Amino acid sequence: MERIYLDNNATTIVDPMVKQAMEPYWCDKYGNPNSLHSFGTEVHPDLRVAMNRLYQGLGAAEDDDILITSCATESNNAVLKGVYFDLIKNGEKNHIVTTTVEHPCVANTCRFLEQQGVKVTYLPVNQDARVEAEAVRRAITEKTALVSVMWANNETGVVFPVREIAQACRERGVLFHTDAVQAVGKVRVDLRAVPADFLSISAHKFHGPKGVGALFVRRGLKLPPLLHGGEQMSGKRAGTLNVAGIVGMGLAMELANDSLEFEDREVRRLRDKLEDGLARLADVMVVGRRELRVPNTLFISVRGVEGEALLWDLNKYGIAASTGSACASESLEANPIITAIGAGAELSHTGIRLSLSRFTTEAEIDAAIRTFTQAVGRLRAISASY
Amino acid sequence: MPKNELIGGSLWEAYSKKVAARMDNPVNRGELTEADARKLGGRLVVADHGAESCGDAVRLYWVVDDKTSVIKAARFKSFGCGTAIASSDMMADLCVGRTVAEAAKITNIDVERSLRDEPGTPAVPPQKMHCSVMAYDVIKKAVALYQGVDLSSLETETIVCECGRVSLGTIVDAIRLNDLKTVADITHYTKAGGFCKSCIAPGGHEKRQHYLVDILRDTRAAMEKENLHKRMETEDFASMTMVRKLKAVEKVFTEQLRPMLAADGGDVELVDLKEAGGAWEVYIQYRGACMGCPSAGTNTLSAIEAVLRQRLGETIKVVAS
Repeated sequence: MERIYLDNNATTIVDPMVKQAMEPYWCDKYGNPNSLHSFGTEVHPDLRVAMNRLYQGLGAAEDDDILITSCATESNNAVLKGVYFDLIKNGEKNHIVTTTVEHPCVANTCRFLEQQGVKVTYLPVNQDARVEAEAVRRAITEKTALVSVMWANNETGVVFPVREIAQACRERGVLFHTDAVQAVGKVRVDLRAVPADFLSISAHKFHGPKGVGALFVRRGLKLPPLLHGGEQMSGKRAGTLNVAGIVGMGLAMELANDSLEFEDREVRRLRDKLEDGLARLADVMVVGRRELRVPNTLFISVRGVEGEALLWDLNKYGIAASTGSACASESLEANPIITAIGAGAELSHTGIRLSLSRFTTEAEIDAAIRTFTQAVGRLRAISASY
Repeated sequence: MPKNELIGGSLWEAYSKKVAARMDNPVNRGELTEADARKLGGRLVVADHGAESCGDAVRLYWVVDDKTSVIKAARFKSFGCGTAIASSDMMADLCVGRTVAEAAKITNIDVERSLRDEPGTPAVPPQKMHCSVMAYDVIKKAVALYQGVDLSSLETETIVCECGRVSLGTIVDAIRLNDLKTVADITHYTKAGGFCKSCIAPGGHEKRQHYLVDILRDTRAAMEKENLHKRMETEDFASMTMVRKLKAVEKVFTEQLRPMLAADGGDVELVDLKEAGGAWEVYIQYRGACMGCPSAGTNTLSAIEAVLRQRLGETIKVVAS
């Protein structure tokens, strides 16, 4: 059975060119870049190329820091805990502003910081499944140390107005962090246009390898390291450099940015085709206006069909998708995003996320529409509520 | 299996083959109508439980023979995940051929056991046990409808953990008998809280009436109080801490001395407690009719001392101030 991968917001296939670029660093150029001998020094030019690609890709300046981390979870932890140790623990500030729809690595770190006495404001999304800059502006107080708002939402694909939020933070002298994991490779992420102080990315979300991410830190800002140890990354993030990972992430970033026009045209076209195809089913609802979303994501609620049951049927026919449905998660509470956009309660326990990539083909989308439609038909015939 | 837990189990891999087969093809899916009931010569019962807006909904159809109360046919419809569908399907299987009274005894645990491939291996992972509870709930609804009785009359005990059907009484007894101190202990002894985890504390899979954390806290508090009471009754006065000594003396005042004097319009209050050469001097102050009473310094004083000595030991000496 040909499988169809429509879960690219969870992880992506490694671009074969990226895989190839990483190949030399396992058995050939395996030196530790910190070593003085030739095994160590021979990888330095390659690392410089990769770092240049990252700086260029994100629009970072020479004297900004892009710290290599193990994943976006680490990057986000480093920012939130670093700000806590630097600004909050010494009593200067005591407040963080974030949203109710952040990834668990931000949400749960905030919960942890609340236990340490930090006050956290969780802003809900509005009917567009967005958090507007005005809401952030109103939430900032004299005691606010940091605002952390994601660039694009992982579930809905809705892009948040990070530029306006960053400007609002700058006006109020508050640090701004954005988790850009779901934005890189889908929309232009340019730190010259968005004056964020911290930004997190993860390579495996844009066809790079798993286990490597990065944290941008705007010049002049000090952030206590999350990992103490050796002098790697100027002592700002200790740990032997993940050479293959850095090289892979660098190339993946360059390829992702080179593909942005394709993403915006072709991936969007296929996503819209999928969306239109599924919207022909009665009683379905797509979350978030198209023009507000990244080009690859579709979150659809299907009346009368529970999310995990639909996922099971799709998987049976080789289609990989994802669900935010309560049945597959810890809580039976309604999905907060669906509730926030004002949809009826009967839609809040359904919902499937389909996320494409530049590797998705038209034939796959056609097959997905057929299979999805059949699965909904079968489950609605069983459904007690449809 | 902590090693396996580190990379996380795959939810779907933990489903039994029977569960998967019934998710794919639930044989009892569908409806029964009045026409079906007439054809089968029985009465149609249609019971609903849950709602789509709550995340789970199931509808159960029965045709019941009115003379024998035997369920002749059962069908279901379900809004729920695959395991909810599979559980409902098995539940319908279990109903057929049983009388309504027998069906009333089917629990979610029976449903889960019937879905096992092997007797010793659960059919669903613990967090999915909850899906089978719907099957139990809807049978109860159907029984109540058929018998024309109130649903609450079918519930004989308060169930705290629905997945494992563990009652409040069982949990409290386990805490008391085994001196359990943590929720993990409760789960180990009773299995309560070992499935969907909703009943452990607020904020879980669904809201519950009783939570293990509260039951544990309240039961432990009650046990502590009883123990304290017992200790105060049996403990040697000399080995008590100063606070407990005071409390013990005060207890005798409220329980015995003040009621005794109140009979004559008098009263007494405890002023101080001091150690003096191995003895314990209880300083008292008379109130009411006792003040200026001629016997206050003699007979009454001896009576008070006798009571205190009897309750707390011979080292007590009473001093009127």
